Amino acid sequence: MPDTVQLKQIASQIRRDIVRMVHAVQSGHPGGSLGCTDFLTALYFKILQHNSSFNMDGNGEDIFFLSNGHISPLFYSTLARSGYFDVKELATFRKLNTRLQGHPTTHEHLPGVRVASGSLGQGLSVAIGAALSKKLNGDKHLVFVLCGDGELDEGQNWEAIMFAAHHKVDNLIATVDFNGQQIDGSTNNVMNLNSLKAKFEAFNWIVIEMDGNDMDDVVAGLDKAKSLTGNGKPICILMKTIMGKGVDFMEGSHEWHGIAPNNDQLAKALAQLPETLGDY
Amino acid sequence: MKLKDIQVLNEKETRGGFGEGIHEIGIENENVVVLTADLAGSLKLGPFIKDFPNRFVQCGIAEANMIGIAAGLTIGGKIPYTTTFANFSTGRVYDQIRQSVAYSDKNVKICASHAGLTLGEDGATHQILEDIGLMKMLPGMTVIVPCDFNQTKAATKAIASYKGPVYLRFGRPKWPNFTKEDGSDFVIGKAQQLSEGTDVSIFACGHMAWKAIEAGRILEEKGLSVELINIHTIKPLDVDAIIKSITKTKCAVTVEEHNIIGGLGDSIAQVAAKHFPIPIEYIGTKDVFGESGTPTQLLTKYGLDSPFIVDAVEKVMKRK
Repeated sequence: MPDTVQLKQIASQIRRDIVRMVHAVQSGHPGGSLGCTDFLTALYFKILQHNSSFNMDGNGEDIFFLSNGHISPLFYSTLARSGYFDVKELATFRKLNTRLQGHPTTHEHLPGVRVASGSLGQGLSVAIGAALSKKLNGDKHLVFVLCGDGELDEGQNWEAIMFAAHHKVDNLIATVDFNGQQIDGSTNNVMNLNSLKAKFEAFNWIVIEMDGNDMDDVVAGLDKAKSLTGNGKPICILMKTIMGKGVDFMEGSHEWHGIAPNNDQLAKALAQLPETLGDY
Repeated sequence: MKLKDIQVLNEKETRGGFGEGIHEIGIENENVVVLTADLAGSLKLGPFIKDFPNRFVQCGIAEANMIGIAAGLTIGGKIPYTTTFANFSTGRVYDQIRQSVAYSDKNVKICASHAGLTLGEDGATHQILEDIGLMKMLPGMTVIVPCDFNQTKAATKAIASYKGPVYLRFGRPKWPNFTKEDGSDFVIGKAQQLSEGTDVSIFACGHMAWKAIEAGRILEEKGLSVELINIHTIKPLDVDAIIKSITKTKCAVTVEEHNIIGGLGDSIAQVAAKHFPIPIEYIGTKDVFGESGTPTQLLTKYGLDSPFIVDAVEKVMKRK
């Protein structure tokens, strides 16, 4: 099991993959991908009890859903680096005939993806359904889902949040990437979320807060969330992150939500991200 | 095989056929899970809920979430049936169905009651007339519109073992029940021939199959040879059966409780245009919304009742 130092090394490589993938096709979403890299690295390399040989039903293993599908570069790199498919395939991201579509899909049978996402607000419901399926099957493993904070503008989430508490879906850990940014600006300006903690608690969820860019805190937060499962309440992790984390000129700005670095910017970014596992 | 020989067994609601079918398939298949959005009573789920409370999921009035949960339930091998009115099963949740179900190849059965004008007094907010079009346009979606209680029951059971997303459309009122009680005359994707004839092909679906029988009987009395085919599966369409019929009769009338734009008629016309162009007349709503009224009043006002089918047949035969 990797320690914090090793997890940070993996995260550095995944961040390199993200900026290289987005640069190569001059499209994609680097900001949110970089912000959530520490989280997904800890999840896939330390927390999830999962099989690298992919099975859609995911019986007998923990499963993860990405609701904010636009951070697909992060998802693809993490899946490849965890052994779901060859890292060389990352070079096909967003290109014609690829399995690595702009937003994740099951349609091309990419191992590790269990539902399409991209049209926002749908992943939490799907994760709840999968959690119910595990309960019906007597499977004690957990379901994880990552949502964006801007994505919580979508009303379907609040239907799902109400449902999960009412039906005591306590084998579910939903993490919100609370970076405070969405496409048109800060969440405070576009659609104020006010206190997400109070909102989730009012809906009868357990809420944990963690720093999503501090690897020790991420691991501790996820461990704590796991320890709280099975108590009749769904669990929400409010994860503070910095959009663009790891590349100084991208950090903290919504402007890097969905644009690609040019050649000079790529070089500057890669200089800040040590190559630890070998570039694809 | 004449229309006058068809025996009506009784009059029952097609949604009642769904309720009986879902209970029976629940007994036979332990992976069947039923979801509803606060309409368990309207969808006749009582027996299923009584016998399988753990496989019933009440979602409240939150259809978008219901569709997503159904998509998630398939992961792990469940066969979820979502239940609500047709309007809330389709238009309200189109993107959820498109992304989480159809594009994700999920084995979800979307079961929709109270479709069409025959919903009656509730009016246009609830009488969706666009749902067949919406659903048939989704790649990979199967669309089934059974004609009576027995056929709805048979379809409800059959779709459990038919892999992939399905839209099953049925309705509210009591309606003549005439197909076989054991459902042996229903096969997904196989058109059901109700009469053989040489003068005209009538293609109908749902409640309108019975209206087409009524019309066909009048035409038979007038000495016409009517070929009536129940297209209970709009997609995948039984193209061979349609071509075989229209090459013989050389004209057709399509009959549906749906907008003539995007429904059964469009599907038949596409087959004809490609394989054997013939004159076609369309019975359905003419790109309008419905309104409050009794089912019979509405079918008359909107031009769907049997006399309109008779007129359409006489008109199309003159165009041959």
